[in-house]
Amino acid sequence: MNWILVPQQLVNGLMYGGTLALIALGIVLIYKSSEVFNFAYGHMLMLGAFLTWWFAGGARTGNEPISLPLGWAIVAAVLVSVLLGFLIERLALRPMAGQPLLAIVLMTLGLSQIFEGSVNLLFGVTPKGNFPSPFSPSDAYTIPVPPVDGESIVFLDRIQIGHTRLATFVVAVVAAAIFMLFFQYTKIGLAMRATSENHELARSLGIKVPRIFALSWAIAGITATLGGVLLATLSGVSVNLAAVALVAFPAILLGGLESFPGAIIGGLLVGLATEIVKAATVVEVRNSADIAPYVLLLIFLLLRPEGIFGRHRIERI
Amino acid sequence: MLKINNIEVVYSNVILVLRGVSLEVPGGQIVSLLGANGAGKSTTLKAISGLLRAQLGEVTRGTIEFDGQRIDKLSAEEIVRLGIVQVLEGRPLFSHLTVEENLRAGALFRSASESSIKHDLDEVYHFFPRLQGLRHRTSGYLSGGEQQMTVIGRALMAKPRLMLLDEPSLGLAPLLVQDIFNIIKRINEESGVSILLVEQNARVALKTAAYAYVMETGRVVLDGPASQLAENADIKEFYLGLTHLGERKSYRDVKHYKRRKRWLG
Repeated sequence: MNWILVPQQLVNGLMYGGTLALIALGIVLIYKSSEVFNFAYGHMLMLGAFLTWWFAGGARTGNEPISLPLGWAIVAAVLVSVLLGFLIERLALRPMAGQPLLAIVLMTLGLSQIFEGSVNLLFGVTPKGNFPSPFSPSDAYTIPVPPVDGESIVFLDRIQIGHTRLATFVVAVVAAAIFMLFFQYTKIGLAMRATSENHELARSLGIKVPRIFALSWAIAGITATLGGVLLATLSGVSVNLAAVALVAFPAILLGGLESFPGAIIGGLLVGLATEIVKAATVVEVRNSADIAPYVLLLIFLLLRPEGIFGRHRIERI
Repeated sequence: MLKINNIEVVYSNVILVLRGVSLEVPGGQIVSLLGANGAGKSTTLKAISGLLRAQLGEVTRGTIEFDGQRIDKLSAEEIVRLGIVQVLEGRPLFSHLTVEENLRAGALFRSASESSIKHDLDEVYHFFPRLQGLRHRTSGYLSGGEQQMTVIGRALMAKPRLMLLDEPSLGLAPLLVQDIFNIIKRINEESGVSILLVEQNARVALKTAAYAYVMETGRVVLDGPASQLAENADIKEFYLGLTHLGERKSYRDVKHYKRRKRWLG
């Protein structure tokens, strides 16, 4: 174990975990409202990042029609994603109403392939390194670490937080907070929570259930795009971004599939686990940091199968 | 107010559940629909509220009119907006939401202002004072009676003109049933809501309702003012467990008699 790096890696883990938490929220949202586990989410995220990149004029073909400042490019990409969310619900999911859940989940897998194919056709298969970021990668805040009075443990005397990482963390936290407040305190939020519990009952109270589904897909489009942009500022745009959502899966399962706070805590834990294992010098296992979330998940689920905040079904006898 | 004209309901295009049901709920009245399991009572309610379609059911013949307007082709969401709200059987709650969130969920479609919703909540608490102390409790952990109150309260939040109640007495202690029915009667008298009440508990239902229909295997086999039905020999026999002399009969006799006698359709 490379103790010298531990404080630095803890901070890195937290920053990375923030983004994962935001990504996890989007998946939990759709699962909660319609019980569909959305396997297309990673690809929605990747698409959101590509759209932002394109709207910002990243294609550089010489005659690109649009070249917006980053902020507006994000807004434009979010709008397209919202529209796409509505379209998915209307064209892909509503016709499936009444079909077995597994069929609908497989439909989301199909959607993910369509997204990947479209992105490859439209934007090419090469990764794009020129994602517009307002920060330069070398900009960083330095926080001094007080020396530890111990024999064996020595920490580096400072922690560096890159501006990009800090900004992504702040954006992720703010977005997650807004999202949860919306869910808890607005009428639409209440309608979504109600629908997630019992569709027929919600319908009997005049709640337009298909509209709620569409809305949750649209909101998931927003979180996916934001998550995609955050990841892209760290690592550039490529089709591989979709795979990052795979890391959000253990985060969700860790937190409990139906819980927003669970998604956030799970995201942070997975981020921490990944980065701390990076600090460890395990040479025997390749990519040990990538495996870490799953090992964590495995151990955790053995102890608490419903996740940290997973719901017990309320059963009265 | 509500007029059902000879409706036929088919599930999944094959199973004929209602074979020509007609009934009427006049404005401001409580009308009761009695019958055994599988008679088609709940299906009748779902046909009115439009929830049938979610279960692949369809009204294939006849009409349902509400204030002169045909509603049998409307969606459940539209029917609620006309002022008909159904209280589903088995007091289903959004069990992870609090009592007050459950109540508020009943008013979601109305796009009413916060102050008018507060006013409506107070009205619900006026009918069910017990709920006020429980408002921030998770509804799934309430007792059966409290859950039934929440469910009826939630329906009231929709400001209905007609309430369809599906077996509010199910699984409740006799004293509690009496309480609930007293409140149902008060809601009817004080708010002027018409009520169509589906029940198996004929004793309470006939005491509460002004008029009643008896259903069996998808047909209405008997109807009349509740007080008259309570005197009807067959009703006494099958639903109240009394002989024509007014004394209680043993369960075995009832079963025996029931097997031999068939209602005339």
